[in-house]
This record gives sequence, structure tokens and C-alpha cells, in this order.
Amino acid sequence: MNHTIVALVEDKPGVLNRVALVFRRRAFNIESLTVGRTTEPGVSRMTIVLDSDQTSAERVIAYLYKLVNVLQIEDLKSVPAVARDLALVKVSVAGHDRAQLLRVVDETRAHIVDSGEQTMTLEITGEPPHVDAVISRLEPLGIIEMVRTGQVAMRRGDTALTAQYA
Amino acid sequence: MSPQQCTLPVMPNLRTGAQTIWECLVHEGVTTVFGYPGGAILPAYDAMLDYPIRHVLVRHEQGASHMADGYARAGGGVGVAIATSGPGATNLVTGIATAQMDSVPIVCITGQVPSHLIGYDAFQETDITGITLPITKHSYLVTRVEDIMPAIKEAFHLAKSGRPGPVLVDITKDAQQAKHDWEWDPQPVKMRGYRPVQAAPRSELDKAVELIRASRKPVILAGQGILQSNAMREVKLFAERINSPVAMTLLGLGGVPASHPLNIGMMGMHGESWVNHAIQEADLLLAFGMRFDDRVTGNLKTYAPHAKKIHIDIDPSEINKNVIADAAIVADLRETLRELLEMVPTCDHGPWLKYIGSMKGDSAVRDIQKLPDNGHLYAPHVINDIWRLTEGKAIVVTDVGQHQMWEAQYYHHEEPRSLITSGGLGTMGFGLPAAIGAKMARPDAEVWAIVGDGGFQMTQAELSTAAQEGIKVNVAVINNGFLGMVRQWQEFFYERRYAATPLRSPDFVKIAEAHGLLGLRAEKRSDVDEIVTRAREADGTVLIDFRVEQEDSVYPMVPAGADLDAMIRRPQPSVLVETGADPI
Repeated sequence: MNHTIVALVEDKPGVLNRVALVFRRRAFNIESLTVGRTTEPGVSRMTIVLDSDQTSAERVIAYLYKLVNVLQIEDLKSVPAVARDLALVKVSVAGHDRAQLLRVVDETRAHIVDSGEQTMTLEITGEPPHVDAVISRLEPLGIIEMVRTGQVAMRRGDTALTAQYA
Repeated sequence: MSPQQCTLPVMPNLRTGAQTIWECLVHEGVTTVFGYPGGAILPAYDAMLDYPIRHVLVRHEQGASHMADGYARAGGGVGVAIATSGPGATNLVTGIATAQMDSVPIVCITGQVPSHLIGYDAFQETDITGITLPITKHSYLVTRVEDIMPAIKEAFHLAKSGRPGPVLVDITKDAQQAKHDWEWDPQPVKMRGYRPVQAAPRSELDKAVELIRASRKPVILAGQGILQSNAMREVKLFAERINSPVAMTLLGLGGVPASHPLNIGMMGMHGESWVNHAIQEADLLLAFGMRFDDRVTGNLKTYAPHAKKIHIDIDPSEINKNVIADAAIVADLRETLRELLEMVPTCDHGPWLKYIGSMKGDSAVRDIQKLPDNGHLYAPHVINDIWRLTEGKAIVVTDVGQHQMWEAQYYHHEEPRSLITSGGLGTMGFGLPAAIGAKMARPDAEVWAIVGDGGFQMTQAELSTAAQEGIKVNVAVINNGFLGMVRQWQEFFYERRYAATPLRSPDFVKIAEAHGLLGLRAEKRSDVDEIVTRAREADGTVLIDFRVEQEDSVYPMVPAGADLDAMIRRPQPSVLVETGADPI
């Protein structure tokens, strides 16, 4: 079962290492991990998708919370949340009709971000299952290369995760 | 352009990084450090001579981290260990891991190669912050002189607050050499992501009170958190108020006086049989600053099956880790008990206490005190005699193994911080250096290192440190010619196939004498009183080689992972006694 854990962390060297250590030590498998800046200088935001049961997710959160560089943490599993994933997919256009590809693009709200002689690169954004679905439609056409950002997520509604002083 | 010396304007507070380190330590109240010099920490050592610091030169950096540990545990402050980069730093690792497992506040300061060489495999370079990441509460790599003070201040704050633990500060040589205009910042440390203490939530306190009201068979599980929170008085009052028996963890020993009528003794693998039975039959466990280690629970699936659990711990990650709590209070133990004392009723658990008392008749499972003197020397006799002769007032530091468990069983601790032992990591070699550290923290106290012949030899070189420092530690080597606890496991679980456990040791008396120390030997029980008395009365560190029964075992024993009440008991009649001379 996937848990989406959001953490606000101090933007300091070694913090990613400390976070990763919690997962490594207990041999938890990370589905995806993204890090980026926030509006507040010195604070980064991590979204970690973890395939685990409820107990393990609770353990992970307890250990992450304990890290000195972790400012705030929450599991979005049990709250309404918006989640997005982005993929760039380079699809072969050799040997089949470009129109076939364009139809997929049209029907799935994908964007063409680059095109070469043999390939076309698409950007797909959406809920992770949507991205999965588009990719599976592109597979028969021949995916040459693909990259996904991993999921980012945020609570719905007016509640915001902020890094407050303890 | 010719190289010209740039003269900085003379400012009153211009300091090198090296000086800054010592000024910070002095401000933190440090008077004693344990260390070993080397290239990358040399600037700091040079500056040290100008500060009121006692430096204890160890013989191996592992000794430094264990001494800092023993110093912190005995004195209740923060212990400091210093080492150079590379091998100096890696040698600290065992002591750091020991302190982490037992939540001991130590600060380790290591030199690091100059910052421009980091990552270039420079001579004696090692990534010590990386190596110690999983075994420190936190760590710092300091490459700029102006970061030294914040790092050291935060290190001390982290080490001693909340759940204590080891913190490492790795400081590059160039940061030690650089100068800056410096002033001590007296402001308390404020760290965004660090929340050492939380307030006990009212709802959980209410739940706990309800559970206590409903309970007929409570047991308090008293852990090391009692010592760390200074909650000895509150625990005693609380136990008396709710009239609950108190079972001790190994590290909790001394937190409640052994002689207190409600203290029923140690729990766990080598705990008292009646204590483990009481836990298995209890309807409520009140866990005070303990973490349900596998050595105290045995098989978790069958652990205390009838009991509700109230868990009070300062570390939220301990809650629901091994045992699910019915009431979970993440807060300082002393504060929590003070609040609870306002809320709980006076209870009477006379029948339950009487029932547990009746199980004490079962003491034959381990008690060889009552066995006649057959001329042989048994380790429990030795330890019990040391307890009697020191009137239970010594600080005892143990190593790890059989003697450690016998110490816990036969030396009855009345005072907190009077037993210092590596519980979580089980570090052989801990005893002697930790005893030296303990003596430094409590020079007024009588300190005994009770060690085995195996563990003693791991850090035996520190005898030389004790001799150089001119301190008095009494070292009792419980010498059975085996790695005794492993031999015991081989006896019980590996068909007595003694793989690599017979141990031939040097003449320990001569080892002591080679250090200019008094060495004594006891081979019969009738020797013990006189030898122990001689050791206590002699000046300086004394080593006693106690030649004890070779194949004695610690009873009772709950095999690893077995149900807590499935204990191996001392065979009756004891084979050991049968092999001896006629009882006197």
C-alpha cells in the first residue's frame, strides 16, 4: 500500500543522506522521492512515496520526525490530497503513423515538447495513475526513453504544512 | 608580487578555531576530556595547554569514547572524547555506538583534514560524519572557523536534552587554524527541527489514570529514563501510592533502591523468575523510561498477554515500536509522574504483592548464595562478597557477559548511577575504560570495574592510563578461562561444542605489576574477604584475578526469542556443587 509522506526539511548538506538512512536501515522501499525548494529560504520540501503497511509507515514517520533537520512531517494517506507526477516520454515515430501518436496525445492531454526525425517527446502530467495509463498506451508505439519526476503532493483545502519553530 | 604578511588589526577577541573549541568547552562546564592527539587535531591540542582542562591520554581512542561514556553516566553530565582524523576517529566508533544504544550524552570532537583536501583521499582522511551517521544523535562537519561555536553549542544541547545521545563534531584543521573575532554567545540554543520535550497530553494522562484504577495486578517497569529524568523520588512515591511492584531493567538498576519493599528485582533474560512470572500475569504494565528491548520481553507475541500498557517515554519513536501502548505519554518522566501523582488514587494491591512474594520461594532457580562453601570459587560469591564488603555503596562498572549478569543479580544497587554497564550494544571492553571515566567524574566514590577475562583483554591497555593518571579503580577480573557467556550458549544450545571460547590469558597479577600496580589473586572463597579488603585499602589502581569456577552458568535464563516465563533453571542438585569437595 502506498503512503505519501511529505516532509519539510532544513536545506543543509547531508540532510538527504539522513532521511535516506531511515529507509535503508529498516529496508523500506522508496517508490519515489522528490526534493525541491519552498517559498521559505533554507527550507526544502520532500515528497516520499513508500510502499509499506500502516505500521511501517508510522515507524518511518516517527524516525524521520526525530531527525534534527526535519522540521515538519505528515502522511497524506488518510487525508484528501492532490498528487501529481510528471513524465517525459520519447516515443519512436519510425515505422508507424504519426497520426496514431497524435491521437493519443490529443485524447490524454499530453504535450509534445520536442520532436526529432525518429522520435517525439511528450510531457504527461497528472495523477500518477493517469500517467501510468498514458504510458501504457504509448508502449505499443515504442518508448525509446522515459523519465518520471516521482510524485509531489499537497493536502486539499485550506490547511497548509508550514515549518514552525518548535 | 612578493608574498607579504598581511597583518590583521589587533582585536581583543581574536581567536583561533582551536582556542574557540576550548573556550566553548569551558563555557559548557567541561573540566575533563579523554583523548589522543594526532595530525589533524594538533592545533586544538596545542591550544589546550592554555585552558583549565584535564586531559586524560588514553591508549586507544575506543578507550576515550568509553571513558567519556562512563564519565557521563557516573556524573550525570556530558562526557567529551577527542581524537584525530582517520583511524583516530574510526577508533571512537564502538564507544559512540555504545553511547547511542544506551542514550548516553557524549560529545566527540575529531580533527579532520584541511577542507580543501576533503574528498581527495588525503592522509588520514575518513568520512567520519558519514560513518557515524546511524550511531549518533546528530553530527556536524565544521569547515569554517565561525561555525565552531554554533556546532559545539548545539552538540552539547543535543547530547544532554530530550533523549540523550552521542553527538560528533568533526572540525577541519584549517578551521582550527583560522582566526576570527570571537565572542561567546550566551543565548540558549534554538534549533528549528528539534523538539526534545513535549507536554503530556491530558487525554492520555486521563486514560492512564483509568487503567491504573481498573488494575488489580500492576507492575511498574523501571528503566534508565528514571535516572535521566531524575525521577527517582517521583517513581518511589508513585509506586507507593498505587502500591505497585516495581521490576527493573538492567540499565534502570539503582533507579529504585534494591532494598525498597516494592522493588521485586530485575526482569528479562537473566531476570528473577518471579519478576518474569509477575509480568506475564500482570493486568497492567507501567513502562517508565524503558523501551521493551528484546532482552526484557522475550517472545513479543506472548509477552504480558493479559496486560494493558502505559508507556511513558521522552522519545516518541519508542511508542508502539515493540509493544502497542494503551496509553502513550511522550514527555519527561518526572514531570509526568508529578502530574499523575495529583490524579491517581491510593491503591492496595496486597494480595498481588503477596502472590509475587510467594513465588520468591522459587529463588533456588539461581541462588547459589545458600549453597555451602565447597572450596570452589563462584563468580556470584565474589560479586556478592564485594557488595557486602563495600556495603553496596560502590560505583560498579561492568564489562559484558556472565559477570555482568551476576553483577546485576548479586550486587544490590541503592543509588542511581551506581551501576554502569553497556546494556544495549553489549560492548566487551567497555568496563575498564568506563570505570576510569566514572572515577574521573566521581573522584570521591569507590569505583569497581568488574570484568571478565575476555572483555578485560580487549581494553587492558587502559590500565596504563589509570596508572599514569594516578587514579584508584579496583579491577575485579572474573577469570573463568572461557568467553563465559558464549560458552554458556554453546553449552545450552550448541551441544557443548566449545568453538573458540576457551581462553588462555596472561598472568593478570604480573600484568598489574608490570604497570606498577598492585595485583592480587583469589582462588578460594575464604580468600575473598581479605583480598577485597586489601584492594580497597591500597593506594592506586588494584587488579584482582579471581580464579572462578570455569563452567558455571547464569541462571535463570530465558533463551533468546522464547516466552518470558520459559526459563532455564539451575539444575538441582547443582552439578557444580556435586563436583566439589564435601560441603563444609
